[in-house]
Amino acid sequence: MEFSVIVKNFDFLIAQGLLGFGNFVGGTLRLAVPAIVLGFVLGIFIGLCRLAPRPWIRIPATIYVEIFRGVPLVMVIFWFWFIIPVLLRVALPEYGVALTAFVVFEAAYLGEIVRAGIQSVPRGQMEAATATGLSSAQTMLYVILPQALKNMIPALVTQFIVLFKDTSLASIIGYVDLTKAAQIVNNREIRPFELYLFIAVVYWLCTYGMSLYSRHLEQRFTPSV
Amino acid sequence: MNYQFDWSVLWTGQSGQWLLQGVITTLEISVLAWLLAGALGILSGALRTLPFPPLRVLAAFYVEFFRNVPLLVWMFFWYFAVPPLLPTPLQDWLFNHGAEFWAGMFALGVYHGARFSEVIRSGIQSISKTQFEAALSTGLTTAQAYRFVIIPIALRLIIPPLTNESLNLLKNSSVALTISVAELTFQTRQIETYTAKAFEALTAGTVIYLALCLSIAFVMAQVERRFAIPGLIARVARPEH
Repeated sequence: MEFSVIVKNFDFLIAQGLLGFGNFVGGTLRLAVPAIVLGFVLGIFIGLCRLAPRPWIRIPATIYVEIFRGVPLVMVIFWFWFIIPVLLRVALPEYGVALTAFVVFEAAYLGEIVRAGIQSVPRGQMEAATATGLSSAQTMLYVILPQALKNMIPALVTQFIVLFKDTSLASIIGYVDLTKAAQIVNNREIRPFELYLFIAVVYWLCTYGMSLYSRHLEQRFTPSV
Repeated sequence: MNYQFDWSVLWTGQSGQWLLQGVITTLEISVLAWLLAGALGILSGALRTLPFPPLRVLAAFYVEFFRNVPLLVWMFFWYFAVPPLLPTPLQDWLFNHGAEFWAGMFALGVYHGARFSEVIRSGIQSISKTQFEAALSTGLTTAQAYRFVIIPIALRLIIPPLTNESLNLLKNSSVALTISVAELTFQTRQIETYTAKAFEALTAGTVIYLALCLSIAFVMAQVERRFAIPGLIARVARPEH
C-alpha cells in the first residue's frame, strides 16, 4: 500500500477528473450537473406525454420509455457515439455525445417517476382547480406539479444519484472524468488498488452527500399534519 | 444522410456466431452474479436485523458503500486491484481461466448484492408487525409464523421490485465489456469493428437486449398476477438505485 500516489496526483484526479479544470475537456461534475438538469426537464415532458389523453402523444412516449428502459446505458452511449456523426455529418466531441446520451436515457427513467408523482396527487385537486376557473395548463403548472414534485423527491434524488454514478461510463468513449483520470494515472504509476479505492471513496462521498440532502429535503417538505 | 445499409453483415461471416456467444456469455455472467447477489443480499439483509451492533454496522457499511459507487469503478477494482493481492497459485489459475469473466462476475454480484439487500429489507419491513402477532395468537410457533405467514407474504411483495432489479443486473452486465468480457455489447462492437456497419450491429444488439428484458418482464408479470395477494393494491416501493 502506498497512498503517496494519491497525494502526488491529487490535483489531476480532483481538479481534472471530478471538477473538469485542466488540459482535457472533462470532469464528472461538469457532465453530471447539466445532465441532471436537462434530463429532468425532458423527463417532465415525457411524464406529461405518458399521461396525455390523446393516443398519438401517449403511445410514442410509452414506446420511448419502454425502449430506453430495456437497453443498457452502454449500448445507448455507443448508439450516439456512432450515429451522431452519420446523421449530422460532423463529429461531436465526447462531451456532447455523452451529455446527449445521458439526457435521453435518464429522461425515460425520470419520466416514469414524474408520471407516478402526478398520479399520486388526488383527483379532487384537479377538479377543484378547474372549478376555480384555471385552464388545464394552469392547473398542471400551479396546482398539480408543485404537489407532485414533493411526492417525487425521494425517487428523484435516487435517480439523480444513479445518473451521477452512470457518468463514469462516459470514460468508455474517452471522456476524461474521475474514472478516466484514475485510469490515466494508473497507466503511469501502476497502483490500481490505491487509485480505484480512492475514487470509490470520492464517488461515495458525493452520492452519500446527495442522499443526506434528500432526507433533509423530504423532512422540510413533509406537511405537518 | 448518405449511409449505405447492408443488413447482410449480420448473417454473413462470423457475426451470427459472435452474437450467439455474446448472448450466452451475458446470460452466464448474469446468472452467476444473480446467485451471488441473492446470497449476499439475503445474508446482509438478515445481518441488518440482528440485535448485535458490530454485525449490523458491517452489513450497513457493505450496502451503503457498494451500491453508492459506480459499477465501472468496481469492475476496475476487482479486475486490476484485487488479483495482485491473491496468493500466486490462485492468480495463475485465474489468469488461465478467464480472469476477466470472474472479476466481472464478482463486481456485478457484489454490487447488486447491496442493492438486493435493500429490496429484501424494504419487502420485510412492509409487512406490519400485527401480521406476526396475529399468526402467533392463532397458536403458531415463531418458526411456523415465519414459514407459513411472513415469508410467503414477503416473497410475493418482493416479486415486482426484485424483477426490476434483476433486469438492472442483466443490463449492467454490459459494463463488463470495459474489462473485455466478451458479452453481448462487446460482440456487437466487434461486428462493428470488423464490418464498419455500426447501425446494423447496434440494432442487432439492441433488439436482443430488448427481447431478453421484455420477455423476462412479461413472464414475471404473469408470475406476479398468479401470486398476487387479493385485496392488496399497494406494492413495495420500487428499488433504490
